[in-house]
Amino acid sequence: MISRLAAVGAWGIDNLRDIGKAGILFYRVLISPPNIRKGFPLVMQQIYVEGVLSLLIIVVSSLFIGMVLALQGYHTLAKFGASQELGPLVALSVARELGPVVTAILFAGRAGSAVTAEIALMKATEQLSSMEMMAVDPLRRVISPRFWGGFISMPLLTMIFNATAIYGAYLVGVKWLGLDAGVFWSNMQSSVEFQADIINGIWKSVVFGMAVTLIAVVQGYSAEPTSAGIATATTRSVVYSSLAVLGLDFVLTAMMIGSW
Amino acid sequence: MSENLVEISKMSFQHENGRTVFKDVDITIPRGKITAVMGPSGTGKTTLLRLIGGQLTPTQGKVLVDGQLIHKLNRNDLYQLRKRMGMLFQSGGLFTHLSVYENVAFPLREHTRLSESMIHTLVLMKLQMVGLRGAAHLMPTELSGGMARRVALARAIGLDPKLIMYDEPFTGQDPISLGVLVKLIRTLNDALGLTSIIVSHDVKETLSIADYVYIISDRQIIGQGTPESISQNSSLQLQQFIQGLPDGPVPFDYPAPLLQQDFLERTDK
Repeated sequence: MISRLAAVGAWGIDNLRDIGKAGILFYRVLISPPNIRKGFPLVMQQIYVEGVLSLLIIVVSSLFIGMVLALQGYHTLAKFGASQELGPLVALSVARELGPVVTAILFAGRAGSAVTAEIALMKATEQLSSMEMMAVDPLRRVISPRFWGGFISMPLLTMIFNATAIYGAYLVGVKWLGLDAGVFWSNMQSSVEFQADIINGIWKSVVFGMAVTLIAVVQGYSAEPTSAGIATATTRSVVYSSLAVLGLDFVLTAMMIGSW
Repeated sequence: MSENLVEISKMSFQHENGRTVFKDVDITIPRGKITAVMGPSGTGKTTLLRLIGGQLTPTQGKVLVDGQLIHKLNRNDLYQLRKRMGMLFQSGGLFTHLSVYENVAFPLREHTRLSESMIHTLVLMKLQMVGLRGAAHLMPTELSGGMARRVALARAIGLDPKLIMYDEPFTGQDPISLGVLVKLIRTLNDALGLTSIIVSHDVKETLSIADYVYIISDRQIIGQGTPESISQNSSLQLQQFIQGLPDGPVPFDYPAPLLQQDFLERTDK
C-alpha cells in the first residue's frame, strides 16, 4: 500500500519536474530570441522547413475538408430549404474551429514531430553537446529558431487553410451543386464578422502554435539519447500536442463565446 | 600563469540517480603536455571531461581551468572560457546537415566576424592539418569513422584553443586511422602548443603518445606516472588493466547470487 502511494508520489514529482523544466526552457527561449544578424536567417530557414514544407498537406487537407463540409452541409440544409446558408455554415465552421484546430493537429504531425526527432537526434549524436563545448548556446542556435519558426508559421498556415477550405466549399456548392455564387458569397459576408470570427480564429492559432512548437522542442530537448528515446519523444510530441490543442480549443472557445 | 592548465582537487561527483562516480580525486594537467586518463569502461572518464568542460558540476571539491573555478562561472564567463577549449567527442558530434567545410567553419562564423575569404583560408588550413582538404565538399554521412573524427578535430582546433580534450579517440578505428590519429594528436599538440587530455582505454596507443598517465578505477585514481613507470608498476590492479587480463582484482564475473540458488529460483518461477 505504502509503496503504491510512494509510486504515485514519485510519478507526480517526476511530472511536476518535467513541467518545471519545460517552463524554464520556455522562459529561456522567450528571453533569448535569436539576434538579428545571425538569428534572422535561422528563423527564416525554419519558417521554410516548418511552414512552407507543411503547405502541401495543409492545402490538400483543407480543400477536401471544405468540399466535404459543403457536400454534407448542402444536403442537410436543403431539407429545410436553407441551402443558401451554405456559405455562412462553411465559413463559420472553418474560421472559428476547423481552421485553427485541424491546422494545428496537422502541423503537429508534419512539422512538430520532425522538430522533435531532429532535436532528439542532435542530442543523441552529441551535436548539442559539441555545440555547447564550442561556446555556442544550443538554446539560441537550435531551439529558439525552431520555436519562433513554428510560432510564426502557424497563423499563416491557418489563414491559408481557411481560404482553401472556403474555396473547396465554393467548388462543391456553386460549381457542382449549382448554388448561386452571389448568394453564396453575400450570405457569407453578412454572417461572418471579421473581429469575432476571423481574428478570434487567428488568435486560437497563435496559442496553438505556441503550444505545439513548445511541446515539440521540449520533447526533443528532454528526450532520452537512445533510438527508443527518440521514438518515444516523437510519439509524445504528436500525442501531447493534439491533446493540448483540443483542450486549449475548448478553453479558448469558452472564453470567446461571449462575443458570438 | 600557473604551470598547470587544469587542477582538480578533492573532487567528488555523484549522478542525479545517486551513483557516485568520483570520490576525492586529485588530477593536475600541466600546460603543453599530453595527459592521458585511462580506466575500464564505465569508470566515468567521459564524465571527467564534462566536469572539466563545465557541463557538469562536482558535488564536492574544485575544478580549476586556467585559474578559474569552472563550476562557479556564470554563463558568459563559462562560454568565454570554452572558446579556449576544444573537445573531440567519441562520435565526432559533426552537424549532419552541414558539409565538412561548413562544420569546420561553424565556430569561426559563430565567434568571429572574419571575412568570407579569411574563413575560407582558415578552414582549408585546418582541414589540411588533418589531411582532409580534399573532403571539404563532402557531407558527414559520406565520411568513414576515422575521417569524421579528423574533421571533428579540425573543427575543435578552429579557434586555436589552449586545451583540447579527446574522448575515446581510438575506439573503433582501423589500424591505419589509428596510426593517423595518434600521429595527429602528437603533432597538433607540439606544433600548436596545445595542452591535450586523452581519455581512453586503448592502452598501447595511449601510452605511446602520453607524457603523463592517470588510471582511474572504482571512483578513485589507482595509479599515475609516466608511461614507463606505469608499465613497470607492480600493482595487480594496474597490471590487469594494462595487460588486459580477463580475471584479477576486477573479476571476470559480474556479481551474482550462487549458481545453484539462481538455477533453483528460475525453476520455481
